[in-house]
Amino acid sequence: MSDTKGSKGSGRDHVISADKLCLTFDSNDGPVHALKDVDLTIEKGDFVSFIGPSGCGKTTLLRVIADLENPTSGSITVNGMTPEEARLQRAYGYVFQAPALLAWRTIERNVGLPLEIMGLSAAEKAARVARTLELVGLDGFGRKFPWQLSGGMQQRASIARALAFDADLLLMDEPFGALDEIVRDHLNEQLLQLWNKTGKTICFVTHSIPEAVYLSNKIVVMSPRPGRVTDVIESDLPADRPLDIRESKKFLEIAQRVRTGLREGHSYE
Amino acid sequence: MGVLSRVFPIATVVAAIMVIWYGFAVYLNAPWQIDQYEKTGVEWQMRDLVRDTMAHDRPILPAPHQIVTEIWKTTVEKKITSKRSLIFHGGVTLSSTMLGFLMGTILGIGLAVSIVENRAMDKSLMPWIITSQTIPILAIAPMIIVVLNSVGLSGLVPKALISTYLSFFPVVVGMVKGLRSPDPMHIDLMRTYKASRLQMFWKLRLPASVPFLFASMKVAVAISLVGAIVGELPTGAVAGLGARLLAGSYYGQTIQIWSALISAACMAAVLVMLVGVVSHFTLRRMGLSQ
Repeated sequence: MSDTKGSKGSGRDHVISADKLCLTFDSNDGPVHALKDVDLTIEKGDFVSFIGPSGCGKTTLLRVIADLENPTSGSITVNGMTPEEARLQRAYGYVFQAPALLAWRTIERNVGLPLEIMGLSAAEKAARVARTLELVGLDGFGRKFPWQLSGGMQQRASIARALAFDADLLLMDEPFGALDEIVRDHLNEQLLQLWNKTGKTICFVTHSIPEAVYLSNKIVVMSPRPGRVTDVIESDLPADRPLDIRESKKFLEIAQRVRTGLREGHSYE
Repeated sequence: MGVLSRVFPIATVVAAIMVIWYGFAVYLNAPWQIDQYEKTGVEWQMRDLVRDTMAHDRPILPAPHQIVTEIWKTTVEKKITSKRSLIFHGGVTLSSTMLGFLMGTILGIGLAVSIVENRAMDKSLMPWIITSQTIPILAIAPMIIVVLNSVGLSGLVPKALISTYLSFFPVVVGMVKGLRSPDPMHIDLMRTYKASRLQMFWKLRLPASVPFLFASMKVAVAISLVGAIVGELPTGAVAGLGARLLAGSYYGQTIQIWSALISAACMAAVLVMLVGVVSHFTLRRMGLSQ
């Protein structure tokens, strides 16, 4: 049932292409197969969700794409080059599970951190920071310190920071996991609007089935022990989705297919 | 009510200490006083005992007001340039304390940076730094003074070096911990931006270490004062609070000893408080204290 290399048309460039990717961690209880024989293709402009229970390797896969982990075998290319080259070219923005803002910097200076490291001019920095803060709805909060903001706002600042240097690829690791449902819904809507507006490629790790189905046009179902891809589902929900599409028949069908994929991978045991 | 609520507990404790002190002053000075009464055949009552034990020339334990009077006499009523002025002696000790503290802080920060950024330094330096502190300072101080005097360095520098020796250690330990304090997520974050090691140091490690640095500096300044006083003891008591302490003990002037002691304690308290104030304002500006 695996639609692994399935995609329409060879003319579109593959942003991410993985072939028999394996990663094994050595731990004191023996080897841990975090990823086993993962084949994956992601095209430009896709919104891909990785869903699975804890331990299925979805965060590990994202970290391999980001060159924060090294695979033990298999190959992976990002934008046609190795993950390391992609990282050195600053090809992606990464959003962690926690906001990971520097406590001693104001929100403005936090969002401007990657721009500082890249050495942009002060005027350019200020313009981009203002633009991305407005994009995530935090204009006016630039001068505040992280501890003065709520969890949801901090996470939005973290997203703004990942957008600041206009990378075409966005890697997000359960960014809304620690937030309550109301804020989550709101941020899901905003993220979808952002995707529609900018056309970036987004890889989104989550363990919420509704979130995965709502946000993406491609869902990669993963299962643990060993971490592997059990199913890749292409979703044809309209790009402009209101929140109540989550009650529609099509949505529930796709969600059911995701659930089946998870069950087949023994995720519920 | 903020200031009052902070002053009140301290004032209460100080008052309690005063009461206990007075009690002990009477108790410890009583045997000698009773002896005196018996020698001169004077009839005495408790009231007389209490009054007289607090007016000895060389008491075993001076009463607080005796110490205060002595401090007053040697600070306000003496010219600052006089060799008997406590301000003069305090200034001598303070100068070597501050110089030692400054050098110790700079040395400590320098060592911490090299330990964190260089694996070879990490493995080779840390054991020696810790070993250096296990040697009792009272044993090393005379050696340092004698050796440095023989090469022509005397007065301020040897004492400051002893202070440096004592104060660099808390700074190294605190800074190493502080420079290593950023959590792995922040380090990964900087890696995704292709930050160089220098950028990671300036933008992440160094700011993260500031709270740790200030905590260590409070310890360092107090111990630097101890070093300065210890450094004054071997040179035959020329100048400084340590010298006053020593001179007092040579001539049995217990009130002089105690007044030097209390002055040193007050100076340490003020110095630590000053570091605390600088720390508070700096951390507030950095957004690190709520």
